[in-house]
Amino acid sequence: MSTFLDISGVDMVFPTPKGSFTALKDVNLKINKGEFVSLIGHSGCGKSTVLNIVAGLYQASKGGVILKNTEVSQPGPERAVVFQNHSLLPWLSSYQNVELAVKQVFAGKMNKVEMKEWIEHNLKLVHMDHAMHKRPGEISGGMKQRVGIARALAMQPEVLLMDEPFGALDALTRAHMQDSLMEIQNQLNNTVIMITHDVDEAVLLSDKIVMMTNGPEATVGEILDVNLPRPRDRLALAEDSEYNRLRSAVLKFLYEKQRKVEPIINSKQASKMQDISQKDNKIADKVTAS
Amino acid sequence: MTSITSIAQQALTDRSMMMAVLNQGAKISKLLLLPAVGIAVFLLLWSMTANSIQTSLGKFPGPVAVVSQFENLYQEHVDERLKAQAFYERQETRNAARVAKDPTYEPKIRAYTGKETFWDQIVTSLITVMSGFILAAVIAIPLGIWMGLSKGLQAAINPIIQIFKPVSPLAWLPLVTMVVSAVYVSPDPLVSKSFINSMLTVTLCSVWPMIINTAIGVSSIDDDLLNVSKVLRLSAITHVKKIVLPASIPMIFTGMRLSLGVAWMVLIAAEMLAQNPGLGKFVWDEFQNGSSESLARIMAAVVTIGFIGFLLDRGILTLQKWASWDQ
Repeated sequence: MSTFLDISGVDMVFPTPKGSFTALKDVNLKINKGEFVSLIGHSGCGKSTVLNIVAGLYQASKGGVILKNTEVSQPGPERAVVFQNHSLLPWLSSYQNVELAVKQVFAGKMNKVEMKEWIEHNLKLVHMDHAMHKRPGEISGGMKQRVGIARALAMQPEVLLMDEPFGALDALTRAHMQDSLMEIQNQLNNTVIMITHDVDEAVLLSDKIVMMTNGPEATVGEILDVNLPRPRDRLALAEDSEYNRLRSAVLKFLYEKQRKVEPIINSKQASKMQDISQKDNKIADKVTAS
Repeated sequence: MTSITSIAQQALTDRSMMMAVLNQGAKISKLLLLPAVGIAVFLLLWSMTANSIQTSLGKFPGPVAVVSQFENLYQEHVDERLKAQAFYERQETRNAARVAKDPTYEPKIRAYTGKETFWDQIVTSLITVMSGFILAAVIAIPLGIWMGLSKGLQAAINPIIQIFKPVSPLAWLPLVTMVVSAVYVSPDPLVSKSFINSMLTVTLCSVWPMIINTAIGVSSIDDDLLNVSKVLRLSAITHVKKIVLPASIPMIFTGMRLSLGVAWMVLIAAEMLAQNPGLGKFVWDEFQNGSSESLARIMAAVVTIGFIGFLLDRGILTLQKWASWDQ
């Protein structure tokens, strides 16, 4: 039996003014149906590049991606993407954002009533049915990300690709979103590839953690199987020895084997990120106040 | 005990009411009082300076003279309309009498050919500027979208736009006039040549800001939104309709506002130079006329032109509020 999703021998070379830059070198990864896989690694290690190649938004310089025996050559709804900064169309309501996707994917397969039910079902799944007709500008960062997930789920993708879906959220909202995602995953059992920076998130959500080496010429360093029973509970796991073993294995990989010394210039960027998250919090405050 | 609390409460409500009144007072003064003061100071300075400027046509008109000219212009308009009405009534009775005498007679209806009043000129100018502007928008917005979508096309057209954008309407006008009289030949023209001349000049000058702003709006759409479109495999038409157009609406409207401002300025100049009917011609005619009232009438036209320009801008703003998602 062939693998469900096969990333084989992928190289990615970007042309730059200073010559070519090899971001990825010989990336190999096999993913089974219904598996939840996290990609973890330091920033700049090419995690997003891998995801974009699977999505079809980038073309690998060498090697390729095979999904259900078909080579991936362009983006498509069977490989739905949840983008880091939600990427909702700001002029459409949550409902309309999901509707755009549903109309595109299920045109001719569903009638109007079925489409409406399907859109509402997906928004309910992410607990956003109460704010269906609000625009992205009127809801908080976490809520926007929920709608983004609903839009991706509504496409009924073969693989759900998530690019640091909760990276821009505060810690509490993030935990809440992780619980939601586990709950959805219990129901749907999707095949998921998720990029994350967060070790706890990776261990809590994944069946398999793919740890990537530092770029340039980044590749898959180690693969860690997570065999914790589901449903998982973050409080119970905190005391669990297996959980802590996995967690420290990832930490060791990141901070011993692939230790990366970040230059100080990044503090400027960090403060910018903080500004953004503060802005999001303000919006959240406004929403809760009203 | 209760009376003390009630007194305290009373004091509190009084105070908050006073604050509310004060707040409202501040709002009103910002909205009405200060602009009124500004206008009053301007009128004062105007009448003082006007008094001390002597021209060959008499003193420069002050605000009072201009207001009385507005009344005159309105009266002239009413008189002219009455005359026209009388003319048509006479014609009708005459025709009726002839038909009564000779039933085979087909009555001829002749149009009244009186001189155009100030109000007629305003209407003519508005129709011309809107036609020129709409023609410009019909060309500029699709072209701008196309340019925004295609870097190649943008590179190809950009130099041409940059060169033609700063050209004054006065330079275009002779060319437009000659070309229109050579090309637009029809024994029974639907619209007059002078209208076409002004309209095309307006279009030629107002098309550029709209193209540029639309193209910038389209080319600066967030990559993430474009990726959404790619993942959904939207067709080219759906992509433009659902992603590109809404995303660039704010920039398109900025371009439209700039363009309409340019269009209105250009129109007055074009009408003046080419003797095309409209407010510009009114100004020029009054200047040539050179009566003692001319300057006041021109000043009245200046105020009118400014006011209409302001209203046009407000009109686009209102349209933007209605059409745009971010307002």
